[in-house]
Amino acid sequence: MQDSQATTSQATVQVTTAEHEAHNPALVHQFADAEQQKNAASLGMWLFLVTEIMFFGGMFCAYLIYRLKYFNAFAAGSQSLAIKWGAINTAVLIVSSVTVVLAIYAIRFGRKKLTVAFLVVTVLLGFVFLGIKSIEYTDKFREHHVPGANFHFTENFDDNGKQIPVNPNEVQLFFSLYFAMTGMHALHMIIGISLMSTLAVLTWRGHYSAEYYTPLENAGLYWHLVDIIWIYLFPLLYLISRHT
Amino acid sequence: MASIGIPANQAPKLNYLNNGHSLKSWLLTTDHKRIALLYLISVTVFFFLGGFFAMLIRLELLTPQGDLMQADTYNKVFTMHGMIMVFFFLIPVVPAVLGNFLVPLMIGAKDLAFPRINLLSWYLYITGGMIFLHCMLTGGVDTGWTFYTPFSTDYTNTKIVEAGLAIFLAGFSSIFTGLNFIVTIHRMRAPGLTWDRLPLFIWANYATSLVMILGTPVIAITIVLVAVERLFHLGIFDPRLGGDPLLFQHLFWFYSHPAVYIMILPSMGVISELIACFARKRVFGYKFVALSSVAIAVFGFLVWAHHMFVAGISLYAAMIFSFLSFSVGVPSAVKVFNWTATLYKGSISYATPMLYAFGFIGLFTIGGLTGLMLATIGIDVHVTDTYFVVAHFHYVMVGGVLMGYLGGLHFWWPKMTGRMYPEAWAKLSALLVFVGFNLTFFPQFILGYVGMPRRYWQYPPEFQALNVLSTAGASILAVGYLLPMIYFVWSLRYGAIADANPWAAAGLEWKTTSPPPTFNFDETPVVTWEAYNYDEIPHKERRAPVAG
Repeated sequence: MQDSQATTSQATVQVTTAEHEAHNPALVHQFADAEQQKNAASLGMWLFLVTEIMFFGGMFCAYLIYRLKYFNAFAAGSQSLAIKWGAINTAVLIVSSVTVVLAIYAIRFGRKKLTVAFLVVTVLLGFVFLGIKSIEYTDKFREHHVPGANFHFTENFDDNGKQIPVNPNEVQLFFSLYFAMTGMHALHMIIGISLMSTLAVLTWRGHYSAEYYTPLENAGLYWHLVDIIWIYLFPLLYLISRHT
Repeated sequence: MASIGIPANQAPKLNYLNNGHSLKSWLLTTDHKRIALLYLISVTVFFFLGGFFAMLIRLELLTPQGDLMQADTYNKVFTMHGMIMVFFFLIPVVPAVLGNFLVPLMIGAKDLAFPRINLLSWYLYITGGMIFLHCMLTGGVDTGWTFYTPFSTDYTNTKIVEAGLAIFLAGFSSIFTGLNFIVTIHRMRAPGLTWDRLPLFIWANYATSLVMILGTPVIAITIVLVAVERLFHLGIFDPRLGGDPLLFQHLFWFYSHPAVYIMILPSMGVISELIACFARKRVFGYKFVALSSVAIAVFGFLVWAHHMFVAGISLYAAMIFSFLSFSVGVPSAVKVFNWTATLYKGSISYATPMLYAFGFIGLFTIGGLTGLMLATIGIDVHVTDTYFVVAHFHYVMVGGVLMGYLGGLHFWWPKMTGRMYPEAWAKLSALLVFVGFNLTFFPQFILGYVGMPRRYWQYPPEFQALNVLSTAGASILAVGYLLPMIYFVWSLRYGAIADANPWAAAGLEWKTTSPPPTFNFDETPVVTWEAYNYDEIPHKERRAPVAG
């Protein structure tokens, strides 16, 4: 394989970090050249994304099992979600993924200010998402749809006003999964926002250039993954059980 | 660095051990070799802590009555033993100590791909360990290491959430180790070191890393769900709210069965290195042994429900999982047969590491074959939750993992420290471990088969004779484990100085000095030979210098 051939030279005994910094400040000692370093970082990030998928996979698995088992309850619970807010949030996240791509596109041409601007827009869109999510959570709290002692569900009517017979415990299970999944997703959004803010500051200070922008690219991959998880959550939770 | 200004012929050669002596140079090191030593110290502490609880268990079971402790205490003691040994010893031990030290050396790299993440993973492990110790000292957990729901979510009043957090953090430590290994093995091999020239220890760690990164996130989310269920009564695993405790068991074993392969695969890698070196031969069927590691990792993900044959899964599901569990036996047998075939017409010598390798092959074979018995639904129903199961997994985990680890530690000790261990003492301790181990656990097969259940603090008097044997064996085993601890520390100061390659072994790690310099190799090696080219390596004075 070509990557294994990449290791060259470095015949000297103790290569001090100072020597390295002389030619490329971003190149760390264990790598032979910048390309090897970039390949390693990107492979590492992809593997991390795999672990994230497995992490969410456990919850997706639980959701699918219970949805098959308690279909009516899940349909009723699903109908009580605000499809309007869900749809707006989906749009917000898709736009934010576009701005991340634009930020990376800009840094490739060395346009640092433009990069920072796109990163800031991404962060703002992230906050919009969380704001809308908190409106939804507040509504659920007011409607007593948060699992626990005060859980109460009476919205089991279909679009024609006909009552759907459901077991409130099963609907509560739907909301347990709804809060667990969207909550874990929101936590990832918060981490993503912190990441993007940090990178915006670092870009502003000139840490990245057209030659070296691996952290931006990897953070972008993370942002896209969090986005994609939402792209799955939205239909699963809001859409597919709507019409029984 | 430290040697600047000192004439080269007077100063001892700068290596990773004497390159900085301050506490900071150890606690903030990003050198994979130093991190390996940090892990070595910390897993040893947890090993003896887990061993302490094991001794308490064996002491209580010396007599049929509950005289040393009562049921509640006993529940906590075996839970602490299991959790410490599984999550804080067996899972990290070989990858994080030997793997951390050897993966870059064996592939001719200067370090792992992400040295700082490597350090982070040690800190995650230590933080998890500290939280676990706090949990243990302030009351502990009594659910067994499996923390099955609904007991863990509704009934026990012990510190489930805290123990869960500790295991969650330790889990991320192993995710990062696995991620680091995969990237390193893909991207940082020396020129000429193609995949079919890699040492089998590298293949084994690669397969282990796959399991680590695919399995561990699932236990992480499972722990999160148990914690939120316990704190907020979500009901995902609670049948009263429509949830299903079986879902917990599925998610738990989806990680915890492959976790067995996280433990055993790296030890199998060690054994391949030892057998080749001390039989002076290339491992028979190299490609099959290499790929069998990957096969075990893949099959390992498809067998989890054999832990649930009596839990109420459908008969057809049970039959499929039984069949799939049998299929893991194939790659495992490939390894055992190929190691044995390697010995054929080999020039075998019996240094301590080889004794452990022999021990491994025998004990793992017993552990593996009893595993096939347990994969048979009819027998499993009979022996579920008996000492038969306990004996089976101790044969794999102690007889397998620990034997491999100790063999590897003796083998690479000269590389790690620059000193030889005392051979006579080491042989004695290898013998004690083997005898003590069999005396401890073989009676448990019989006990389990005649019906002694696990996890009880008392038992009918007719089981006493075998239990006394088992406790006696455990005492011998304890001496066998304490001895290396003592002579390894002793050897740091008084052991004979080891040269670069005391075993005349193949492998890049032996081509650099003992101990290696901070960046491992004075020159990046270029590999032009196959792995285990023992026919090309001169025999020289084969015996390692014996001290003491």
